[in-house]
Amino acid sequence: MSALYTGPKVCMWTLDHPNPGSLATYVANGGYEVLKKILAEKTPAEQIIEQVKLSALRGRGGAGFPTGLKWSFMPRNYAGDKYIVCNTDEGEPGTFKDRDIIEFNPHQLIEGMVIAGYTLGAKAGYNYIHGEIFELYESWERALDEARAAGFLGNDICGSGWNFDLHAHQGYGAYICGEETALLESIEGKKGQPRFKPPFPASYGLYGKPTTINNTETLASIPWILRHGGQAFLELGKPNNGGTKIFSISGHVNNPGNFEIPLGTPFGDLLEMAGGVRNGHKLKAVIPGGSSAPVLPADIMMNCTLDFDSIAKAGSMLGSGAVIVMDETVCMVKALERLAYFYYEESCGQCTPCREGTGWMYRVIKRIEHGEGRPEDLDLLMSVGGNIAGRTICALGDAAVGPVHSFIQHFRKEFEYHIAHKKCLVGS
Amino acid sequence: MPVITIDDKQVEIAAGATVMDAARDLGIYIPHFCYHEKLSISANCRMCLVEVEKAPKPLPACATPAADGMVVRTRSGKAITAQKGVMEFLLINHPLDCPICDQGGECMLQDIAVGYGGSASRYQEAKRVVKEKDLGPLVATDMTRCIHCSRCVRFGQEVAGIMELGMPGRGEHMEVMPFLERQVGSELSGNVIELCPVGALTSKPFRYAARSWELSRRRGISPHDGLGANMALHVKDNRVFRAVPLDNEAINECWLADRDRYAYQALGAEDRATRPMVRDADRWHEVDWQKALAQAAGALKVIRETHGAEAIGFLASPHQTVEELALMAQLARGLGCENIDHRLDQADCPPDVGAPWLGMAIADLDSLDRVLLVGATVRMEQPLIAQRLRQAVKRGAQLNVVHAADDDLLTRVANKIIVKPSALAAALAGIAKALQEAGKDVGSVSAALSGAVVTDAARAIAASLASGERKAVLLGGMARQHPARADLHRLAQAIALATGAHFGFLVDSANAVGASVVGCTPGAAGLGAAAMVAQPRKAYVLLGIEPYLDSYDPMVLRKAMESAELVIALTAFKGAAPNYAHVILPVAAFAETEGAYVNMEGRLQTFKAAVKPLGEARPGWKVLRVLGNLLGLSDFDYTGVEDVRAAALPADEAGLRARLDNTAPQGEPSIAASSAGLERLGETPIYQADSLVRRAPALQATPLSEHAKVCWAHGALIRKLGLQEGKPVKIRQDAGESIMKLGRDDRLAEDAVRIAGAHALTSKLGSRYGAVQLEKM
Repeated sequence: MSALYTGPKVCMWTLDHPNPGSLATYVANGGYEVLKKILAEKTPAEQIIEQVKLSALRGRGGAGFPTGLKWSFMPRNYAGDKYIVCNTDEGEPGTFKDRDIIEFNPHQLIEGMVIAGYTLGAKAGYNYIHGEIFELYESWERALDEARAAGFLGNDICGSGWNFDLHAHQGYGAYICGEETALLESIEGKKGQPRFKPPFPASYGLYGKPTTINNTETLASIPWILRHGGQAFLELGKPNNGGTKIFSISGHVNNPGNFEIPLGTPFGDLLEMAGGVRNGHKLKAVIPGGSSAPVLPADIMMNCTLDFDSIAKAGSMLGSGAVIVMDETVCMVKALERLAYFYYEESCGQCTPCREGTGWMYRVIKRIEHGEGRPEDLDLLMSVGGNIAGRTICALGDAAVGPVHSFIQHFRKEFEYHIAHKKCLVGS
Repeated sequence: MPVITIDDKQVEIAAGATVMDAARDLGIYIPHFCYHEKLSISANCRMCLVEVEKAPKPLPACATPAADGMVVRTRSGKAITAQKGVMEFLLINHPLDCPICDQGGECMLQDIAVGYGGSASRYQEAKRVVKEKDLGPLVATDMTRCIHCSRCVRFGQEVAGIMELGMPGRGEHMEVMPFLERQVGSELSGNVIELCPVGALTSKPFRYAARSWELSRRRGISPHDGLGANMALHVKDNRVFRAVPLDNEAINECWLADRDRYAYQALGAEDRATRPMVRDADRWHEVDWQKALAQAAGALKVIRETHGAEAIGFLASPHQTVEELALMAQLARGLGCENIDHRLDQADCPPDVGAPWLGMAIADLDSLDRVLLVGATVRMEQPLIAQRLRQAVKRGAQLNVVHAADDDLLTRVANKIIVKPSALAAALAGIAKALQEAGKDVGSVSAALSGAVVTDAARAIAASLASGERKAVLLGGMARQHPARADLHRLAQAIALATGAHFGFLVDSANAVGASVVGCTPGAAGLGAAAMVAQPRKAYVLLGIEPYLDSYDPMVLRKAMESAELVIALTAFKGAAPNYAHVILPVAAFAETEGAYVNMEGRLQTFKAAVKPLGEARPGWKVLRVLGNLLGLSDFDYTGVEDVRAAALPADEAGLRARLDNTAPQGEPSIAASSAGLERLGETPIYQADSLVRRAPALQATPLSEHAKVCWAHGALIRKLGLQEGKPVKIRQDAGESIMKLGRDDRLAEDAVRIAGAHALTSKLGSRYGAVQLEKM
């Protein structure tokens, strides 16, 4: 990686070692020590949650919800079974970080899940793995076997007498199954459709039992936090945005890929690490947090640091850290057509506004792109989007509207040119 | 009590109430599609979005828990904008083909669109078109109209107990469809028609027959089982076009069984009796009423004078009205005859102590903790009672079953004993003995239990019934028809008494309770239905009876009919009457006459005629009144149906209740070991239950009707006898034989063969639960 950041890495440190995904590499570098210590000392759950809260670890799946707070929602004295679920349904276009954790540091995720299971009193854990990465599903299963054989998983973990097991669940590639309650439905063998909340999973989750669902990167950060302390994690990043985070940068850069850097790093630094905008081109726009995050024009983006608060202030979302870079050759109408198609295709169809509205928006944008736009179309799109956002069971409705509203807001001229001239402003 | 404010009105909130519930309490209407009181909350249509103070986004009223101090606005700018937005989305892909849609005029989408829709659409793109689905003969589809509310899907899962419809596909491509192109075959499937808020699921027989606004609505009571489901008959030009449910929480809630819904088709059956007919040697003549009645009365007088009144037998259908049955009884007794009965399908017809009934309120079935069903093919006999029991199980009830077939009740059965029909009494004795061993007092049957065998299942059922608070032991139609009815009755009642359970009968005809109450059963000196045919009479007066189908043993009955000197048939359908009757008096069918039924919980329900009788048919009570007059009998001067009812029934509800009595016949039960060999399980199939359903083409085209045409046997039995599944098999019973297709059903007791009773294919066989042989063809 670039020399711009040389400090500690929470998740991807194994890449500096041979056989990065192996149990041997992990154990040789202090892996599973935290788990052993917790089990040996019977560390109270409150203490663990306290450290996680102190770390200001925020959910890495996109919503950025404080993990320690989420954990504290789980009923402590619930009599029946409880579950912990890891969300590796990495379906957000532009995001490809969790797959690298599974490939290059699966044991840190296992350790994180086992500790989460211990802390939350769960009976078992599930890792829901995206449908398109079957080879990683298999390698994850192998890692689980290794961990079981080494006594870190299964019965009598580390000789403590405590039992906890993890299971993998293969998704089938539906974007909506990344929504945590649709994911639960899918594990239960039902059609992946989000549930209405309340009740939230912490009270009515998997099989109707209290359940905590965290993103892969979130859970994989837990062992590091408990080993080095919540304060150390917090200090890696900035207040309210603890830790490093993996950014998946793609699009028009010379060196796309995953980069683990502290939260709060200026966007310019990440762009530089990724080799800058591809040769001879100029930065036009950036989608900073995966396809559902509103697009930001270059000038706004270049003034942002990469953390939840800064990007939110600029009017978008840090999301899953999927940074999609677009240079001046990009037709924003065509780009939006592609994004709108994605949400139209991936809407589960359950709620009326999203089921009907995503198709409507896509068709109008498609028309504009194909030179059949009408002057009233832009207002129509803003209005239709407004009727979807905030009116659906899950956030997919909002996610589908984010791009539409932001593209029109920031690049309205391009859309108007398309409508008026029946051709693209870019390159004409 | 916590209080919520909706549209500036305040109301106290019940525990667990939603904003929708609270709004309903206040009489505030919130538009909705997916929400339905009887179904789970799915909150997916989003039509009921309302503004909730302090909530950043509009919230669905149906799914938002009402909370103390919550302030809700259902008509604020924010709420209306959200509701109109959803309405616009619902309409963009809806075909708006209201002028050719059967739902037009009674469509929720249409109604709500008037309030929330625009006058023109902003949607200028191509609309979605969805491929048609074939759901079978009852439900027509226009799936392009579907708004994906998922009510029909949830109904299957939650009420019918079987998920016949699902919603595969994502987004715009999501479609409601049956599994793997199968049709919808449950006994409650027609309810999706009312549940569907648009014209996607409509009645197939009613399709394109009339517009909803042309139809007059007349209240009716379903005449097929002892529930007495409330319904509206939709009428135009003196014809019933369809039947739809009327809400009555105490009876049918908002549901109808398919037979309640579609049996009206029989009113136009080809073999309707529309003119009086008399037989002269072997020729039938249509005559006027005066001549027919005079001939009937004259012939009856002759029989009485030559052979005595006891030479006459009176048989009435328990689906006739209170008034008709009362006059039939009055006619018989006026002639000095005690041979009268409505239990032709029963092997054992003892004199009634009182009218056998459910022994509890229908609505209380849902809240039972423990149930024992004895000899009940409950989904087929009582589709909506089965539904209530399903809800009880969902609430935690333990359902126990003693029967000859382990039919799928589409719910969890806690314990069961599945034995052939003649072993049912022994099975009950085992349960009673297990209770006795557990220290319960089983009363008068205790002496008979010495030989009883207590199996693990018997012990489990006893333990189940010994626990819980609200319980019931219920005898079904099969137990009632059974030759050992009295023993089953005694034992089941003893079990109920020992465990503090309600005891009752799942009465399977519309007015059997009423028939008993008005004395349509033999007096001490009279013969019951079984004896009346076993000891043939010189003359029979039949009311609404199809003897070859309605009887317990059609072979015996056939002889009785063929040897009689006089058979007077008062009937709405000719059926086979021209073969055995001498006078056919056409009486009004269901929906054509006014009257009353007493349902299984002893509730009197009256109804008016929805249409005029077909042709020259006349209401049965009027025909019987004139017959009484012509025979010179006293007290036949009724001027209206109310007079007849007033004379026949106790003056008030308490008096009616006093006539209900489930006391078992005296005597000790016999639990003798059952005979070796195969036994027939010959229940009345769901769509053979009465003359109407037998003639409803849509019902006859369903898989359930096909099921009744097959002889069903356990796989082990088929192997043992060297028979072949799917091939014709010869059935021998007593002197009769028949050929049917052989089917395999491993849910049957191994030595029981299910061969439907009340069916044309089996009308040349013998008794319904008697010995039977299967032979290779």
